[in-house]
Amino acid sequence: MNTPLLALDKVEKVFGGLRAIGGVSFDVFEGQIFGLIGPNGAGKTTLFNCITGHYRPEGGDVRFKGQSIVGKKPHTIALTGIARTFQNVRLFADMTVAENVLVPAHHRLRSGVFGAFFRSQLYLEDEGSLHRRADELLELFDLVKLKGEQASSLPYGSQRRLEIARALMLDPKVLLLDEPAAGLNSQEADKLTEQIKWLRDKFSLAVVLVEHNMRVVMGACEQVHCVDHGETIASGTPDYVQKHPAVLAAYLGKES
Amino acid sequence: MRWPVRIGVTLLLLALYWGVGYVLEATIIEYVVRILLFCGINAILAVGLNLINGTTGQFSIGHAGFMAVGAYTAAWVVTQLELSLYGGRTDLAVWEVAVVFVPALGLGGLTAALAGVLVGVPSLHLRGDYLAIVTLGFGEIIRLVFNNWPALGGALGYSGDRPLGLSVHTNFFWVASVATLVITLIANFTHSSYGRALESIRDDEIAAEAAGIPTTRFKVLAFVISAASAGVAGGLFAHLQSAIQPNDFKFEKSIDMVVMIIIGGLGSVSGAVLGALFVGITLELTRDLSEYRLITYAMVLILLMLFRPQGILGTRELKLPFFGARS
Repeated sequence: MNTPLLALDKVEKVFGGLRAIGGVSFDVFEGQIFGLIGPNGAGKTTLFNCITGHYRPEGGDVRFKGQSIVGKKPHTIALTGIARTFQNVRLFADMTVAENVLVPAHHRLRSGVFGAFFRSQLYLEDEGSLHRRADELLELFDLVKLKGEQASSLPYGSQRRLEIARALMLDPKVLLLDEPAAGLNSQEADKLTEQIKWLRDKFSLAVVLVEHNMRVVMGACEQVHCVDHGETIASGTPDYVQKHPAVLAAYLGKES
Repeated sequence: MRWPVRIGVTLLLLALYWGVGYVLEATIIEYVVRILLFCGINAILAVGLNLINGTTGQFSIGHAGFMAVGAYTAAWVVTQLELSLYGGRTDLAVWEVAVVFVPALGLGGLTAALAGVLVGVPSLHLRGDYLAIVTLGFGEIIRLVFNNWPALGGALGYSGDRPLGLSVHTNFFWVASVATLVITLIANFTHSSYGRALESIRDDEIAAEAAGIPTTRFKVLAFVISAASAGVAGGLFAHLQSAIQPNDFKFEKSIDMVVMIIIGGLGSVSGAVLGALFVGITLELTRDLSEYRLITYAMVLILLMLFRPQGILGTRELKLPFFGARS
């Protein structure tokens, strides 16, 4: 464990007069499953958006493989190896399942615009290999049968799987999952815990997990970071954070 | 398809169009042929506009401006080339026409594409209504530039500074060949990895960025291709008559195009072609009502929104041999 894969260094984000994130630092290492927890409105999703470039932090630094990625466009950050899913599942609703997975593959094309216009040999080869890669992912996520369906017509669980499959098409090194257990029952949550570990091993990823479901966080994460009101209140192993008085106070209120 | 096959098919189509055009012009009254020509030009305009409005979901209502750029460029190029190559002779053989007309249409598309870059780069940061208003504004600006450009005839229009006016080169053969080419290329593009990227922008721009799609660059790309096809259509339009005027490219022309793609089904290439034919033919059938044309439009649109809001084809495609079958 030398240089961290993803490092946040005193990241600050201000919206108007509101200090949404006030100097949060943490490191995520290769192959780690990292939990980011905190009560509603604590700034977890805002932190995600600062990492992926959807927001630009006012202070501090975000480094990926030692290089600062602050100020880069979201698509550049996605292509350098940080993929994400969204809290409310954002699929390309009018496109088919297969097309959803093919979109992030665009950067693999070697042929340009004219290749697409004239259907050049190189373009056709490219397209073939993109489809093969997409089929592999759909197979792994048990979506092959739904390949031709419109994404918005899928049941919720399949939509979540599809969103992860789409993110993996980018060949990421870090996968940011924003509340993947939202709306799942406890059995499904246990299954998700296993799936997250499987993802990490299968795709050699670091996974950063924003989650409210403590069952999943405690079951999957090796390191947990708790924020409240944009400030770090505890960081460490799941057991340590779970029992930390500041964390208990943030979730349950202080004992009077 | 391999290149020899493609060249073979192209030559066959050219020969076919030539033959059909010959028969049409010899047997059917000029008026009917003219409607067909307008339908073909409309189809190019609609398919081009559909790429930005339908596939990419960015609403532009200023495409008449790009058509004007293409029309003026092509008219000027043809006039200059004819003067220097043929010294004002009018009895030109087909190949002599091709020598001036093909580069003129190409340059028309190219200058329209450049205009598309100029308009697209600043305005495509906007979305929805704002983008519509800005493109409308730019469309009008382009028209007013031609309106006040003395060398191109100003408000009186451009007739190549010749007593006979512009050479009338546009006939069935040219319209059919150019329309087939432009529509095939844009259909290929729409049903490619690029097209998928554009659709992803339409469905969810934030998710598209997270999927590694440089959204602004792709919107500009779609806009430029769209402008280029409008320019080519403008070139064909210019050589259908002996003069072009800035008023040929008013706001209503842009609305015509939008109506075509809404009727055909936003996002469908073959739908855009159908919409273009529909509008072209309805316009002629209702010519007697010309003052009430906009009312007819409104009625057609209201009826469509009530009974088939997704347009004739929705986002589906008719599977014809020319549409995307080569993938």
